[in-house]
Amino acid sequence: MKSLNIPKIDFVGKRVYAIIVSVLLVVASVFSLSTNGLKFGIDFTGGTLLEIGYEKNVDLADVRATLDKANFKSADVQYFGSTKEILIRLEPQSISSAKLSSKIIHLLGDDIDIRRVEFVGPKVGEELTNDGGLAMLYALIGILIYVALRFEYRFALGSISALIHDVIIILGIFSILQIEFDLTVLAAILAVIGYSLNDTIVVFDRIRENFLSTRHTNPSKIVNDALNQTISRTIVTSITTLLVLVALFYLGGEIIHSFALALLIGVIIGTYSSIYVASAMILALGISKQDLLPSEKEEQEIDNRP
Amino acid sequence: MNQYSGLKNTLIVLFLCFSALYALPNIFGSDLAVQVSSVSNRVVTESDLDKITTTLKDQGVNYKSATLSNHRILVRFDDNATQLSAKALLKETLGRNYMIALNLAPLVPVWLSDLGGKAMSLGLDLRGGVHFLLEVDMRAVMSMSIDKYYNELRTLLRTQRLYKSIKKEGGNIIVRFKTTGDKVNALKIVKSQLRDLVLLETNNQNALEVYLAISDSAQKTVKRNALKQNITTLRNRVNELGVAEPIIQQQGLERIVVQLPGVQDTARAKEILGAVATLEFRLVDEKNDVQTAIQSGRTPIGSKLYYFKDSRPLLLKNRVIATGENITGAASGVDQENAMPMVQITLDSAGGRAMLDTTKKYLHHRMAVVFIENKVETIRKDGKLSKKRTTTQDIINAATIRGTFSSRFQITGIDSAREARNLALLLRAGSLSAPIEIIEERTIGPSLGADNIAKGVLSVIVGFVLVLIFMAVRYRVFGLVANVALTLNLMIIVAALSLLQATLTLPGIAGIVLTVGMAVDANVLIFERIKEELGTNSNIQKAISSGYDKAFLTIADANITTLIAALVLFSFGTGAIKGFAVTLSIGIITSMFTAIIVSRAIINKIYGGKKLQELSI
Repeated sequence: MKSLNIPKIDFVGKRVYAIIVSVLLVVASVFSLSTNGLKFGIDFTGGTLLEIGYEKNVDLADVRATLDKANFKSADVQYFGSTKEILIRLEPQSISSAKLSSKIIHLLGDDIDIRRVEFVGPKVGEELTNDGGLAMLYALIGILIYVALRFEYRFALGSISALIHDVIIILGIFSILQIEFDLTVLAAILAVIGYSLNDTIVVFDRIRENFLSTRHTNPSKIVNDALNQTISRTIVTSITTLLVLVALFYLGGEIIHSFALALLIGVIIGTYSSIYVASAMILALGISKQDLLPSEKEEQEIDNRP
Repeated sequence: MNQYSGLKNTLIVLFLCFSALYALPNIFGSDLAVQVSSVSNRVVTESDLDKITTTLKDQGVNYKSATLSNHRILVRFDDNATQLSAKALLKETLGRNYMIALNLAPLVPVWLSDLGGKAMSLGLDLRGGVHFLLEVDMRAVMSMSIDKYYNELRTLLRTQRLYKSIKKEGGNIIVRFKTTGDKVNALKIVKSQLRDLVLLETNNQNALEVYLAISDSAQKTVKRNALKQNITTLRNRVNELGVAEPIIQQQGLERIVVQLPGVQDTARAKEILGAVATLEFRLVDEKNDVQTAIQSGRTPIGSKLYYFKDSRPLLLKNRVIATGENITGAASGVDQENAMPMVQITLDSAGGRAMLDTTKKYLHHRMAVVFIENKVETIRKDGKLSKKRTTTQDIINAATIRGTFSSRFQITGIDSAREARNLALLLRAGSLSAPIEIIEERTIGPSLGADNIAKGVLSVIVGFVLVLIFMAVRYRVFGLVANVALTLNLMIIVAALSLLQATLTLPGIAGIVLTVGMAVDANVLIFERIKEELGTNSNIQKAISSGYDKAFLTIADANITTLIAALVLFSFGTGAIKGFAVTLSIGIITSMFTAIIVSRAIINKIYGGKKLQELSI
């Protein structure tokens, strides 16, 4: 354990390519979000969802035909995990949920196992959508304030742009692949905000330290050094987090699937963005050594000490 | 250098022992049990316990143990089938004064539970059950309340003939007077006797017309009471259903959360919780012909047109003999004469007297039982949300009064035994003061719950082991230390969840999994920093110490920002998301303790104060 290999990768010099990749991804995401939109789950749209288990394999066409006959025209039926389990989604109906689920049980026969019923009233759905948007906004504002106080406003802007970049791309991927967006995915996105920020802060911390401890004044070099010094930690932490997420994705069951997927995408994008987006942003905003020196007031306080 | 003081080490060890103690209850698992408690004020006693054990023994039902504590009896069983048959048996023998419910009884040893040790409480998604969010129709509450004030005011003013006209309009009461003197007197009466009514400002002070409304504070009280009364009624109904450990809580100003763990017949639970049903007893109008009334479209004065469930019409008198409010007891059963389902009703003294008077006076007339149900539903119409209120008033039977009776009698004409049971239950539990609407429902079947636990636990274990292997390979001795810290971190999270009795949900488990991945981050930061210091610093001890010191601020900054996101999640969150936020927050805080302080203590024990040539990192 003698030599220590701090890599010498030219992150900053290659940032043009990263910017191109990021811009392409963001544009594609925004395009898909504005044309395809998100496939919102019943948490947000309101409606009823039933998860039903059968003893043997079941044919989706049969189930659809039965439901069609009973005038549940808008029913969306699909397999859930295996061909013995199905998921039925119904738009808000004119009859009450209590009657609805018993009616469906009656239609599909008595030998089925109702594993899960979720009913969300249209009002609750609307509230959740609003609250969800607000939650994301509050999280971003809280983080903006904290980073601005602990570092400097350019760092705050840098980290927020990285976060917005991450969120847009995750939403974009969910929109392109038309994966259902439910409450757990929202939770995952908020967790990604936390994670990606964690990564960014580690890099920023090092940038600040380097600015203050070395005589170099070339911001690009200092940022590049900081990225190289932290890259090994960034990768190790991403790997450990990805390891558990892969376990969750494959073993956690269907309910947790899109949650784990959002986190998987988020951790990869978040790691990338804290290396390229956040630091490119603070360089573009023109960070310099002077900006990070303690303010005059603090210096005075230090001078006044006996 | 690199040595913690003896005191610091002792404190760390003590804290870890404390955590271990309170994490311990979770490894014992739980028994299938039947819980017996009293519905009335009477408490269950040793004699009840004896009765239960002898009944079970007589019927040859095997049970593991039966204990009485905290005013409830827990009987434990080996398997689900015995548990179910025991429940049915006990329900039959003990009767209605007892609540008999299925439950899971934790197997925590007595000495541990004496110390306050409890297992984590599992959320509905892990143990199965129903979650309802109910909304009380506050507009209906206010309209009932304005009705009440309107009647009181009219009675008060009528005795002195003070008003010219009085009417209700859009939540206000409008009174017109003949003279200014009447108006002044009337307002005095309002001020002294109906303080909850306030005079609305109008442009013309001299007008002989006043607008009265319910004051804001009175409105708040009315709403609060309505919510409270509904919660009480719901609690009674849930007790009747027989659910162990139900949660019935107010949420916000007009909502109620009801969680029923382990309930399997959710359709019945919904029928029972949401129903706003009551009965009215009215005399049949025998003088007028119902067909003439329908054809002319005019109902005779003093009567109103009602329909049976099968749409047969009948004229009933407006005067109500007794209502559901007068009912003190109700039991379902089967009519001995014709084997039809029936409900045996017991009235209070006022209702009994009215019934006696009526049956004496109107012998051989017909009396009808009207079933009234109020429903409210939110529907989306042309993109807008609106509330649809429906009131159904069905005659369930109309029978000739064959003899006088007062407070005890039975009603028939009910479709099925199940309906009779439900009606009796609703009449016993009392009626809701305002219609409620189920605005959210989440039901998890028991099989899915068990599945979720198994999958959740498996993914925690696999994720955990993968991280352990990776860390050991990457950082060798230091990696093993990080692994010990990570294991202790998991233990502290479990202890914290058990002590706080925070509900563990599937997203909560996901939060733990994520914490496992992220908790090692602090150690990774420290170890990478030590490696770096080793490159520039020849003194190994100093490298360890400055590695820890320099990484500390970074770790704190990074974790605080994640904590901000977790706190936002918590404050915004509904059930599922809250669970995730709780475990994530706890995990972040405990990981700082284990990754920084505990790992340092271990590293100090291994390397501290020794002359070192190299580190296994």
